[in-house]
Amino acid sequence: MESAKPTITPERLQMPSKFWTPKRKEALIGWLFLAPEIIGMLLLNVFALGFSLYLSFTSWDLLSGVSGIKFLGLDNFIHMFQDPTIMKALKNNLIYTVLTVPIPMAISLVLAVLIHNKVFWKDYFKVVFFIPYISSIIAIAAVWSALFHPSLGPINQFLMDLGISSPPKWLVDPKTSLLAIAIISSWAGLGYTIIIYLAGLTSISNELYEAAEIDGATSITKFFKITIPLLRSTTFFLFITMLIGSFKVFDIISYLTGGGPDNSSTVIVFRIYQEGFVNYNMGYASAISWLLFAIIAVITAITWKFRNEED
Amino acid sequence: MLFIRQNISKLITTILMGVLSIFFLIPFVWMISSAFKYEKDVMRFPIAWIPKSTNVVYNFKAVWMGKVPFLHVYFNSIKIAVIVTCITLVISTMAAYAFTKLRFRGRNLVFTALLSFMIIPDQATLIPRFMLIRWLGLYDTHVALIFMSMFSIYFTFLLRQFMVGISDEYLEAAKIDGAGQVRTFASIIIPLCQPVLATVAIIKFIWSWNDYQNPLIFLQSKALYTIPLGMTLFRDDYTTNDAIMMMASLSAIIPLLILFVTLQKQVISGIALGGVKG
Repeated sequence: MESAKPTITPERLQMPSKFWTPKRKEALIGWLFLAPEIIGMLLLNVFALGFSLYLSFTSWDLLSGVSGIKFLGLDNFIHMFQDPTIMKALKNNLIYTVLTVPIPMAISLVLAVLIHNKVFWKDYFKVVFFIPYISSIIAIAAVWSALFHPSLGPINQFLMDLGISSPPKWLVDPKTSLLAIAIISSWAGLGYTIIIYLAGLTSISNELYEAAEIDGATSITKFFKITIPLLRSTTFFLFITMLIGSFKVFDIISYLTGGGPDNSSTVIVFRIYQEGFVNYNMGYASAISWLLFAIIAVITAITWKFRNEED
Repeated sequence: MLFIRQNISKLITTILMGVLSIFFLIPFVWMISSAFKYEKDVMRFPIAWIPKSTNVVYNFKAVWMGKVPFLHVYFNSIKIAVIVTCITLVISTMAAYAFTKLRFRGRNLVFTALLSFMIIPDQATLIPRFMLIRWLGLYDTHVALIFMSMFSIYFTFLLRQFMVGISDEYLEAAKIDGAGQVRTFASIIIPLCQPVLATVAIIKFIWSWNDYQNPLIFLQSKALYTIPLGMTLFRDDYTTNDAIMMMASLSAIIPLLILFVTLQKQVISGIALGGVKG
């Protein structure tokens, strides 16, 4: 077949084989295939991060054009650590992390173990717990905001039926707004954690459990001595993913409370949004962006260090 | 005996889990039920799960033909999700192919560098992204949204994990037949990757459909809004009418529910894939 083709095709003419050796050609194609991804990532992540570092040392309101950029030095950062709203946001982020990482992880682990081999209709449970995760968080937030309605909502009506005369006002009370948001997003995210744990569980061989059973181990012992240790890398993955995710929370807060009432549910990303896109303090918003980046970089570094020490 | 005892304990666990699973279904059932009700009946307690009188036509009209250009918003979401999904697939598949099947200097270095970029949170680069989009004259366009979500290291990584498993023998065979790299990619790698491509496509579609932050930052005109942002229009226009809010929520979720229920195996395995290898 090969010999039937004309020996000089336009393609061959363009490629004198001396320079375009197969190796070089492969490299060229390789770089071309990677080019869109590399350019996109450099532009939107690396270059953007660098530019926001530059902006964080300036004062700029966007509307005055590039010439309006004024160099401020460290002022934004000094201001940031004296800004009570930022401190409040940091504190809220920490509370939100405590509420949405360890507790849902523990619940999911137990549920995943039960779904894995202790129930009938496994698939039903997988689907039910996972539905909230694939649904639009904004639509879910709309549903929960009606459920959590302070006087008329079904949740509080139910609590009042149980005899609680003044149930919490949830989203509209500064004391409970963050808790209500944490409940909604934990509820919505639980399916993801369960699915990841289930994937981890399928990789544990049954023989280990059978051997333990011969030694007379109870379900509880098996859970603590076999399941938990062998799921360590899954737990590590989930922990770091969810920890970082909890510092990036924005959508649900922006939709439900707008950081309120009285900044009781404001978080770092919401501050970036508020300062940058509502108040047009681009310099200050960039400084907060770098605070967020620093937090995530430190979390990543610490967790990696712990993991490497363990291995 | 043991077998029976095991089954009984399994049945009890199933029942307990079944009760627990109700907590995950109830908000959806309440949403659907409320979408059919009169405004005044939504918050009535005890809850009438099956409404005695229904106002579904009115609610439906208010959502789809009312003040909010929901039909338009819906179409925007579909359009953007489809385009974003296709472009992401192309970019990520090409990159994954280069990372697994093409050999050249600097390849592994680039891969490590890209992976390390994953720790840069989107939100930390929002302001320069916003400036870039304005500078390009793309503010308040759908192109801005597509541009912001078409690059994904995460999907490149997933596809790479899959392609590593494709035997090089296929490629050798193609080479002997005289196929170039590009043709090998198009006619051998792509067909072999079909299952994982389907999974990635579904997940990307869902994420794009649910994206709230990018439209919030990069769009201004209501006519360009996508569904999650469209939900805020309902919230502003129908603050007290929960029946209409629930009809809107139901409408926003329904395509995802259909997609998920029909393709649940792919969605779940795709999400799990990211976790195990991640």
